[in-house]
Amino acid sequence: MTTAITRDDVAHLARLARIAMTDDELDALAAQLDVILGAVARVQEVAAADIPPTSHSLDLTNVYRPDELVPSLGAEAALAAAPAAEDGRFRVPRILDEEA
Amino acid sequence: MNELLTATATELAARIASREVSAVEVAQAHLARIAEVDEKVHAFLHVDTGGALAQARRVDAGEITGPLAGVPLALKDVIVTKGVPTTAGSRILEGWIPPYDATIVERMRAAGIVVLGKTNMDEFAMGSSTEHSAYGPSRNPWDLTRTPGGSGGGSSAAVASYQAPLGIGTDTGGSIRQPAAVTGTVGAKPTYGGVSRYGLIAFSSSLDQAGPCARTVLDAALLHEVIGGHDPRDSTSIDAPVPPVVEAARQADVTGMRIGVVTQFKGDGYQPGVLARFEESVALLEKLGASIEEVSCPHFDYALPAYYLIAPSEASSNLARYDAMRYGLRVGDDGDASAEEVMAATRDAGFGAEVKRRIILGTYALSAGYYDAYYGQAQKVRTLITRDFASAFERVDVLVSPTTPTTAFTLGERVDDPMAMYLADLCTIPSNLYGGPGLSVPCGLSDDGLPVGLQIMAPVQADDRMYRVAAAVEAALGSDKLLEKAPRL
Repeated sequence: MTTAITRDDVAHLARLARIAMTDDELDALAAQLDVILGAVARVQEVAAADIPPTSHSLDLTNVYRPDELVPSLGAEAALAAAPAAEDGRFRVPRILDEEA
Repeated sequence: MNELLTATATELAARIASREVSAVEVAQAHLARIAEVDEKVHAFLHVDTGGALAQARRVDAGEITGPLAGVPLALKDVIVTKGVPTTAGSRILEGWIPPYDATIVERMRAAGIVVLGKTNMDEFAMGSSTEHSAYGPSRNPWDLTRTPGGSGGGSSAAVASYQAPLGIGTDTGGSIRQPAAVTGTVGAKPTYGGVSRYGLIAFSSSLDQAGPCARTVLDAALLHEVIGGHDPRDSTSIDAPVPPVVEAARQADVTGMRIGVVTQFKGDGYQPGVLARFEESVALLEKLGASIEEVSCPHFDYALPAYYLIAPSEASSNLARYDAMRYGLRVGDDGDASAEEVMAATRDAGFGAEVKRRIILGTYALSAGYYDAYYGQAQKVRTLITRDFASAFERVDVLVSPTTPTTAFTLGERVDDPMAMYLADLCTIPSNLYGGPGLSVPCGLSDDGLPVGLQIMAPVQADDRMYRVAAAVEAALGSDKLLEKAPRL
């Protein structure tokens, strides 16, 4: 399965990934992704219907630690690198539409 | 050149311990070297003169002792350092001062290692040349028109140009080993889980692994032992002792070892001089008492495509944290724009072309309708690659190959051709997918006069075996002296 990737596809993916790309970027990326996808699609040549997937090389399931209180980063340190902070909180742009 | 610069880490630590030289003098010599040559090499993004000298004074005051106490180190800028700028080579983290230290930074400080500064890298460790750094490329000390490899090219260039005897890299698909190979230095990727990832800025969490860079195999092993071992703050950290890597590096004996040559890593695309040095190394190992056999790992042919689905998929998720809300860059916040608009504008301004390419590729591979054909299939191929390693290690103790198909390429040569760039990691990627350790040791110069690396791959948690083989090759070839052939900067 190799599907040609269009400029509209890339624009859609960029919206999903929250990257406001310029028209030039979308054009360039569409052409490059088509080549890269053609190359990585080679994984489909491997007969692997009955093979279980590996998401991780270590055979670990749940890893527990003792449930003990340990000091964590204070609010001041956590906010020190914030682009904007106010009243001990992160200050963010509006998250709702004007009419909402 | 000042002999404090050309000394190995092992020698420096011994001389500092015996008070023949102070840690402050050693740090000053290296800081002066950085001031002298780094304008040409561009290995460092930030030099921490104050922090380095303060740590050196603690060693001189006798507060810290140990096998690497007082030895300077170049730290890849993907490892977070409390109070010291950390960018991961990205515009989106420009000016960020982390509020905490990575576990390996804490361990190195406790061992008396003197961190000189933070080294250049491809943005978020995505690349094989440092040309994807937002801050300009590093240059190879062997030829300043060429790349020192990547993503950890800053650390490899620093070590190769005597700006530091030790470095830290991180290796997701070869970013420690390929830079080591093309700069004539030693680089080791430990077993996945062998070194804590706490404080390693994530690219692809199931593959990322930090490890040592050095000019000798023993120096790399000593650093491996300092940074390795279980960390409760990393849930994927292995709860077992560090394999005996220092002992293995000292033994340097391959008598009776069974060494497998990977059939898949030769032929078209490999530079003849690289293959010639590789074949000579194999013949040398046989002469030193190892037995050699060819081992076929058929699914290694699919490692590169599987990797370029798995790593971007994980990256697309990991890099979602750069949302312009809590730290890092924020652009377009004019009081009118929504959070979502600010987020999208910031990510467009803050991420470079390669990072965007991989985020979009990963987003695609994980999309409904394509997931099974791409990401899901890549995970199955990962299983088959792991099985190839398992069958190989039933027959042999280690596998060997060239570390990378060519010597250092010219800056600009591959930067606009992503697939050509990706081929630099052809031989190193399988170990990341499998989780086993891999090491690159210099094995001579190609016809073009540039260094060639021999890669040694070992089973999970058998990191000591690769140090044993590498140390034997180094001793027989005198490859710890190879850098003396590099031109003077």
